[in-house]
Amino acid sequence: MKYNSVFDIIGPVMVGPSSSHTAGAARIGLAARNLFGKEPKWAKIHLYESFAKTYKGHGTDFALAGGLLGFATDDPRMSKALDIAKERGIEIEYIEDSASSDHPNTARLVIGNDDESLELVGISIGGGKVEITELNGFALRLSGNHPAILIMHSDRFGAIASVTRILAKHEINIGHMEVNRKDIGKEALMVIEVDQNVEDSILVELKNAEHIISIAKIVS
Amino acid sequence: MFRTVAELVELADNEQISISEVMIRQEIDIKEKTREEVLEEMENNLQIMEKAIEDGLKGVRSTTGLTGGDAVLIQKYMKKKTPLSGPVMMDAVSKAMGTNEVNAAMGIICATPTAGSAGCVPGALFAVKDQLNATREEMIRFLFTAGAFGMVVANNAFISGAAGGCQAEVGSAGAMASAAIVEMAGGTPQQSAEAFAMTLKNMLGLVCDPVAGLVEVPCVKRNALGSSQAIVSADMALAGVVSRIPCDEVIGAMYRIGRQMPSSLRETGEGGLADTPTGRLLKEKIFGMSI
Repeated sequence: MKYNSVFDIIGPVMVGPSSSHTAGAARIGLAARNLFGKEPKWAKIHLYESFAKTYKGHGTDFALAGGLLGFATDDPRMSKALDIAKERGIEIEYIEDSASSDHPNTARLVIGNDDESLELVGISIGGGKVEITELNGFALRLSGNHPAILIMHSDRFGAIASVTRILAKHEINIGHMEVNRKDIGKEALMVIEVDQNVEDSILVELKNAEHIISIAKIVS
Repeated sequence: MFRTVAELVELADNEQISISEVMIRQEIDIKEKTREEVLEEMENNLQIMEKAIEDGLKGVRSTTGLTGGDAVLIQKYMKKKTPLSGPVMMDAVSKAMGTNEVNAAMGIICATPTAGSAGCVPGALFAVKDQLNATREEMIRFLFTAGAFGMVVANNAFISGAAGGCQAEVGSAGAMASAAIVEMAGGTPQQSAEAFAMTLKNMLGLVCDPVAGLVEVPCVKRNALGSSQAIVSADMALAGVVSRIPCDEVIGAMYRIGRQMPSSLRETGEGGLADTPTGRLLKEKIFGMSI
């Protein structure tokens, strides 16, 4: 069943006017921030199709910025997010991209600081629900419904087992898992949706497992 | 877990409990939360709805200037004259509009089931509660009943205009409100289902054609009329009127109609009212000639 909680129907509490253009956009921004692991210094945001055409009228621009600032969908500071981002010294550029996309509400966020950057594609599928469809060039399918951990690792035997062993030890149940790699033996990505939020101490343990490069978590 | 309205009504009847109680128990079970936690979360949503109505009745205006102020006009009218459709009806209309005007003005609302259709359920709730002498707990239960029906629609059809047209948004929202009014007024679970079916039947085929692609015109007024239909259908069901087509079949019809709808009539802002001379002119005014 796609919807199993009454609060998927009565909710979310959010800044208007559109659950897909505002709440969804904020959640995409927040996912990017969480995956980057810290506040970015700059962001280049490509908007496609409906997002590109109506983002100003719908406040999609400030909602994306609000997410990058770490705001939840109902944060009253949301409509001031562009000003707040400026105050915090974050440079955000919006690009109305004319390229077509698989979904009408698509945003590609490239965010970073002086040392590193991250590229993420998110789609807003309605009612405030979002999916992350691409991360650093890896195609993936990540619903925002469950907490998730994303692990960049080397494509070596034992890498996946070492991660699942640690999760099993801490009695963390895996709801959905995807493994993706750029090429044999190269960089790879594990996407693991779990039933409960993963403690930071477990993340440290995972980070120290064999062949792991970097790790990020998304709190649902 | 219930998948259909028939199953939902059966669960309530077998256990001799209300629809809202079925929903509350399921939520406790699925989210592994306590009853207090679940009720508290819904109370929070109720407060958001109440605040949005208050703000809307004070008067808000969207940044585009397309919408705002109509909820105030209706409240003023009600003070001067007795509305032809009755005070409860017009109160619901003004409160549904107020909520959606707040939404269009980028205020804080509770999506019910979506942001574009956030007015119907609270509009109807806050209009009928006084006449029905509803307690706070009954108001919270109103939202669980509405949510139970909305969940069936979301899982068997759709609730977003982009997926199924406005019949999926305001249609579902108005129908959810109908079902919840019936329970609050002391009707049976089956009567809730009849009211839901009658409202949704009347919204079948409703297209999503927002002017300039924005959640303003015609959304605000559609929410107003969605809440008014909710009250009429609830009265019909309480009077004993039944839907000849069962509730689940109406939802199925809504789904198939939405699938047959061209994309120009599903929230793209390319057809219907958006594609009228005035609709196109407003779009140009807001976004300039570049679009």
